[in-house]
Order: sequence, then structure tokens, then C-alpha cells
Amino acid sequence: MELTPEAIQATKYYQGLGLTDAEYQLITTKILQRLPTYTEIGLYSGMWSEHCSYKNSKPVLKKFWTKAKQVVEGPGEGAGIIDIGDNQGIVFKAESHNHPSAVEPFQGATTGVGGILRDIFSMGARPIALLDSLRFNEPKTAHDKYLINQIVDGIAAYGNCIGVPTVGGDTAFDATYAANPLVNVMCVGLMDLTNREKGQATGVGNSIIYVGAKTGRDGINGASFASAQFDSKHKSQRSAVQVGDPFTEKLVMEACLDVIYKHQDALVGIQDMGAAGLVSSSAEMASKAGSGMTLDLDLVPQREANMTAFELMLSESQERMLLCIKSGSENEILDLFNDYGLTAAVIGQVTTGHQYQLSHHGEIVADVPVDSLATAAPVYHREKTVPEHILQQAAIQFSPNITEPTQILRQMLQQLTIASKKMIYETYDTQVQTNTIVQPGSDAAVVRIRHTDKALAMTTDVNGRYLYLDPYVGGEMAVAEAARNIVATGGVPLGITDCLNFGNPTKPDQFYELDEAVMGMTAACKVFNTPVISGNVSLNNEFNDVAIYPTPMVGMVGLIKGLNQITTQDFKQANDNVYVVGRTGNDFNGTEIQKLLTGKIGGKLFPFNLDEEQRIQQLILRANRQGLIASAHDISEGGLIVAIAESCFGKDLGVALSSTLTTAQFFAETQGRFLISVKPENKLGFEQLMGRDATLLGKVTNQQQLFVAATDGEFKLALSEAKRLWEGALACSLK
Amino acid sequence: MKFAVVAFPGSNCEMDLVYAIEDVVKEQAELVPSTATDLSDYSAVLLPGGFSYGDYLRSGAIAQLAPIMSAVKRFAAAGKPVLGICNGFQILTEARLLPGSLQRNQQSKFICKLADLVVTNNQTMFTTDYQTQQTIQLPIAHGDGNYYCDPTTLAELRKNNQIIFTYQNNPNGSVADIAGISNRQGNVLGMMPHPERAVEAILGSTSGRELFSSLVNSVRKRGLIHE
Repeated sequence: MELTPEAIQATKYYQGLGLTDAEYQLITTKILQRLPTYTEIGLYSGMWSEHCSYKNSKPVLKKFWTKAKQVVEGPGEGAGIIDIGDNQGIVFKAESHNHPSAVEPFQGATTGVGGILRDIFSMGARPIALLDSLRFNEPKTAHDKYLINQIVDGIAAYGNCIGVPTVGGDTAFDATYAANPLVNVMCVGLMDLTNREKGQATGVGNSIIYVGAKTGRDGINGASFASAQFDSKHKSQRSAVQVGDPFTEKLVMEACLDVIYKHQDALVGIQDMGAAGLVSSSAEMASKAGSGMTLDLDLVPQREANMTAFELMLSESQERMLLCIKSGSENEILDLFNDYGLTAAVIGQVTTGHQYQLSHHGEIVADVPVDSLATAAPVYHREKTVPEHILQQAAIQFSPNITEPTQILRQMLQQLTIASKKMIYETYDTQVQTNTIVQPGSDAAVVRIRHTDKALAMTTDVNGRYLYLDPYVGGEMAVAEAARNIVATGGVPLGITDCLNFGNPTKPDQFYELDEAVMGMTAACKVFNTPVISGNVSLNNEFNDVAIYPTPMVGMVGLIKGLNQITTQDFKQANDNVYVVGRTGNDFNGTEIQKLLTGKIGGKLFPFNLDEEQRIQQLILRANRQGLIASAHDISEGGLIVAIAESCFGKDLGVALSSTLTTAQFFAETQGRFLISVKPENKLGFEQLMGRDATLLGKVTNQQQLFVAATDGEFKLALSEAKRLWEGALACSLK
Repeated sequence: MKFAVVAFPGSNCEMDLVYAIEDVVKEQAELVPSTATDLSDYSAVLLPGGFSYGDYLRSGAIAQLAPIMSAVKRFAAAGKPVLGICNGFQILTEARLLPGSLQRNQQSKFICKLADLVVTNNQTMFTTDYQTQQTIQLPIAHGDGNYYCDPTTLAELRKNNQIIFTYQNNPNGSVADIAGISNRQGNVLGMMPHPERAVEAILGSTSGRELFSSLVNSVRKRGLIHE
């Protein structure tokens, strides 16, 4: 039995739906000037959740830099669009599915993939690549391993089936993610700019068509769930997780692209039913167009009997899309969907005025101003204070005492964040669509644009440890590392998407992290000319009051203008010269070596200079364009020695190197550095171009040995052993 | 010559085949929906990889009931070439055009990687441009690629030279390292590896080219062509 409006008020039922007393007051006194019905309070609960309204993050998100010459469509629609020339655009966005994956890892991950795909194809773009940015606990318990295996299986199950290659991403492990694993999925799509679509419902009398899976009781009010914080009782929250069906999604995708490409005259607008399902897609389409809308819920295809209006509107059943179709063209579109074997129905119309009206069993169950749902959620300007742990951090850098360099290298190669992720990505179809030129395991993945000489480089990056120590500088570094990965493959950075994974914004020290990180990212985006074109916010990633490290995942795409400019990280042949480009400092706070030697991270984050980073990246791009580079590898977690080992592994080539650095400095994580190899005939040209920024270390060898002499010791390890440790660590830890 | 590439709901490698044939092999390829019933315009029929009908029930089990499959059976009975790749192989075994079945990979995970294969029979319409015992590299990408048949069938496959490709390092638990088999007549080939993913050096291997060139040459030589 549904509660009466009076009972909702008396029992404060709305609180359980995530609405505050003040928000409820706003609805009753200002917006409706009456008590909302049970269905109406459900609509507000979904639409005013953080996931849909960004009520806590909006003031922060406004700080992002979103306008640049290459941007065709910025944040606001399903995903942003960047012009890559030849009348083609790329569309990309990332989405988090952290909370669902924590309670039901397999389905949480699958539906994360499904949701981001719909955002991309609803823009009129065909999805061409998926990337996954994953953060897990260091696997110790059976539950840790269950989460990791199930999340990876879920991503594989969905992406493989739908035929979009999973080409890259990043995976890191830290205890901070024990109760809040992060599952961030990025999708890149390719479109003709003439096929741009908007999620709008204009034209009085035009029809609203529902297509895809029938609506069931899965994921009811999932947006509010995803926006809430977890506690020890969260195991009971499984019912809020949706179930994915990639086969239906494949049919929905092909059918919708068919409508977009071949039935432009009939199509007014199209939008994914994602978070807050039917209400968010329909209310947003009407609100953006300045229209009213009426829906007859009896016409909504239903999978279960006796669903209430509340359930129908807030279900997050997957694989559903909403279209606005011109009056008179309904049958053309319904017939098309029927040919694809899909369920579709006209469920409403665009109306005059600005009301959003729902009828169910012949009664009006909701009648509210459409903008009150879509745009009127209160915006909160949260307080920020510097976290205690930052105020108290030691100013000096950690100083690693490396007594046995080779032994430490062995251990470092087995640190899970460093170790090979092959056992994960080998379960993903990385090649379907036959455009994948650089597969997972390199700095950035490279996907060619068929029938052109161009390719796209794409990557996801962020190191939460850096942000924990300094969210502003860590935010800069996240963007810088992404750009470095793009540049290493020969690409010019074009833009970014993000998933802002943070703690509780109502706690000033956690809000500080969000606000500072966004400002740092913005500063970096301006330097690298990478505007933010889309993104997603995942707040309240805390468990029993402890937040995760601030982890703003950066997904970056770059353009490679000629296929001959594509560079990989593998050393290519013996006798090539090996250089480190960029200055190496004594930068150890927040690093993998600090974690390895002390079991924790701490102290003031090492300094970072954005302009210096950009200068080095531009030099690398110039060297690439002049054909001087044989291999290029970003130097990041684990430092120079790890980069050297990784560059050896691809083609099983060794190195004989010597350096004026200390063994400890080989583990420093100073930003703005590349490991480069250069053919003998290009040595002079490369050195002239790079000047003092490149330091010659030695040569690639045919001997199966990694040999590096530092000032205070040497690393000497058989390549076969190094590779065995590096490749085996993850599988071993998941047994 | 003109290839038919059959697209079932849930197929996802059909365009990869079309591009391989048109852009690299330089022949014609057309998508044919699974609801079609006539293949008489084509010189060869290809069943692509993917997840037809979501692999629900069993890989290939629902696809083999699609209207097009009667036409595929007639086409095969006429001695014309039919090639099933990955999910296409699964459909061919479900349709009993090839013996045996494809089960879940031994280690139960999906596997995507470049695999070393041995061409064990270069006398079929699909393999004449390879050397016998030649090692080639083709990508695999499957969850249900573990080929199984009973010992009697295996003995028959061996006796009739129906084992066309074997894995050098068995990735999925297949009986006798089998990666691809033909029917007794040699005009129907099923294989788990993807030759269409290996026709351009920039994508990592060109070992698949000879399969398509063998097919084109054989069709022309045998006068099976419909231009």
C-alpha cells in the first residue's frame, strides 16, 4: 500500500529516499505548494540525487575548463564531442559503477559497461573502444579475490558480447579501496558530425517512444543508492543493483544507430535511460527543450506484474532508450524496432506548457513542473578545510635505503600495481572491429580510424596516493600522466573525460579534496590543451566513515595524424641507444617504493612543474615527428627501473646501462620523464634536438639480462626471471 | 567473386569480414540477414564470429534454427565453400554440418591472444596457399572454444584428414589440439581462430591472407564462381 502524502510528511519517509528536511520543505512550500504524492516524492528523490543533479559537485564542476577550439559539444549531453577533421567527431565519456560493483560485482560491472555504451551511441556515434580504470584492495581475503574476479568477468562478459574492443585502462591496488572498489568504464565513439543527436523532446504532439528491455523491479532508485554512503549493513542493498543483458544492448544499439543514420526525418531526440531510469531520461528531454510531457505508464513495457508508478519511473532496468519521434512517423520507427526483435511502444507525448504529467490506471499520479525535476535541485556550496593528515605531514622526502638493489627490483616487479595485468586483459576481446593497433599493456592504446591515415590514442590514469598527499598537485599529475601516455604513443592530446571518485562532500576535509583536485586538473588541462568534454561524479565512497583516497580518474584521447607516427614502449633491437628524458629528483613521498619499504605512504608530495612537463612532452612529440624515436615509455609508478624492465619485456631484449643516479633514484617517481630508445643512425639528430634534457644511459642488448649500474650499486637480473615475476604476480595473488 | 557474410542477431565480426574481403582480398562481400532463404548469388558463405542470440542456451544453438541455415545446408550439399569462424564454427557444429561440439574453455575464462597454429592439411579449398605443417599466427578470442568429439569421431577426422589447423600450445583444452576441422568433403571449414583479424601487418599478423586467397583461387579453379 502506498503511503499518503500526509503519511510521507508525518513519518519523514522521504529521508529514506535520500531527501533532506530542507529539500522536502522546498518541494512542498515553493515548488508544488502542496504535499507531494508517493510517486512524486520518488521522482524528486531520483532526480535530486547527487548522481542526477550534481547538487554537491556543481559548483566544483563549473571550475572545469570546457571550451576549446576542438570542442563541438561540451558537458551536458549524453557525452561530449571533439572534432578530429574530415567531418568526423569522436565522442567519449566515462562512468563509474562503484557502489553497484561493491555489492554485486559481476552485474555491477556489466551494467557499468552497458550504461556508458548507451551514452555514446545515443549521441549518434558508433562505439569503437572501451577502457576500464579499476581500483581494488590488495587481495588478501576470499572476498577481495571474489570482487576482483567477478568485476573483471563482468566487464569481459558484456564488452566481448557486444563487439566493442576493450583496448586499455589501468588497474591499481591499495587497501584504501577495500570496501569501495572503483569500477570506471570509458567508451570512445566515432561519428560523422552530420549525425549529431540531442536528447531533446520538442514539438507539441510528437511521440515519446520507449524501446529495449522491459521494465522490471531491478535497480529501483539506484541513483539514490549510488549517491548514498555505505556502512556495514550494505550487504542488504543487493536488490538495488541491475542485471545486464548484452545481447539486448547489441540489438538496441544497432537499431538506434539505424534510426539515427537512416531515419533522421522522423527522429527529434534520443536519450539513454540510465540513472533514475524513465524519469530522468524523459524529464531531461522535456526540460532541455522547454517542453511539457505526458506519459501513460500503462503503456510502458513491463516484465513484472503489478508494478507501481514509483517503481516504473525509478527502475533502472538496463538496455532501454527513449526517443522523441515526429507525430505521424511512429509506425515507421516501431516497425524498424520490431524488425530487430525489440519491444517498443509509444508511451507519451510532448505537450504545451512545462508540466510533467504521469497517468497510471487512469489516474494522474504525478503533475509537477518539469524543470523542478531536471534543474531545480538545490545546489550546495560545501565548506572545505585542509585535512588533518595534510597539516601534519612531514615536509622532507622519504629516503629509501636500497641495500640490495636487485632484490628490491624483484619485489617491485611483483607489486600488484606494477605487475603485468595480462591475466585481466587477456579475458577481454581487444581486437574485434579490427582497428586495434596497440593493445593493452602499453602506455596508451591505439585504435586506427578505418579508411584514413589517422589513429586515436587513449588512456586512463590517476594515482590516488598522490592526491591523498596533495589533491591539487595530484590532480595536475593525473592529467599530466595521461598526456604523457598519449604523447609516448605519438598522439597529440585532444581532451579528457573524468570520473571523480571521492568521499563525503558534507565533510569539509573530504570536500577539500574534491575541490582542490578539480582545480589542479583544470590548471593542467589548460596547459595540455585538453578540455573536459564529459564526466561523472561518484561521491560518498566511504565505509564506516573512512573515505577512499581521492581518485579522479582521467580518461584522455589523443590524435595520431599518421599511422607511421605510432610508437610503442618496447625496445626494438639490440644496439639502440637508451635515454632518460627529463630530470630525476629525490621524489619519494607517495611512491611505490615508499609503500614497498615502509608499508604505507606519507609526507609532503614531491614538487611538480606543469610547464616543464609540457615542454618535455612537446620535445618528445617533435622527436617523434622527425622519426627519431624507436620506442617511448612514460616513466611513472615504480620509477625509471620499472620503465626499463617493461621496455625489455615486449621483445625480450636486454639492456646494459650505467648512470649517475643512485639506486634509490631509479625508484623515484619524478614526473615529466620518458624512457626513449633511438637507433644508432638517429643518435646525433636526437641528441641535438633534446640537448641537456636527454641523458644517455647505454644500449639495448641481445643478452637476456637487465644490467643497470648506478653510483652506489647495480641492478643485475636475468630477463626471464624478471618477466616471470612480473607476469606471475597477479595470478599468484588471486589464487 | 562475391562472398555472403551471414549476420545473425548478435554477430559482431561480420563487418570485420566484409572489410577484410573488400579492402585486402579485393573481392566483393555482402551482408546477408539470417532471415534470408537464398544464397544462390554467392560463391562462398561465411558465418562470422560474435555472440549470435547472446550465446543463450548454448553457443550457436539458436542460430542453427535461423531461416538462412536451410540455405547454408543446401549450399554446402552442392559442394560450395562454407566457412564458420569462432561463433560460426559453433553454429556449424550445432547445425551438424561439422561433427563434435565446442565447450567452455578448460580454464573457464574468455581468452583473447595471438595463437600459433599448425596447418595440418593444405589440400582443402581454404588452405592451398599454405604449406603443410606451416606454423602461422592467428588471433583467438573465445570463451567456448574447447573442441570435443568422441574417440570414434576423432579417429575418422584423422583418417580423412579433416583436422585442418591445430594449436601449438593448446589454449582451451581442445581434443587433439584441434583449432579447425572440415567436413569429409572438405568444403565446410569451422575454425575458432580469426583469419579476418590477421590480414594487415599493422594489426599484428598477416597469416589470415592465405586462407582467403586459397578460397578465391579454389573457387575460380573449380568453376564455382558467380560473378
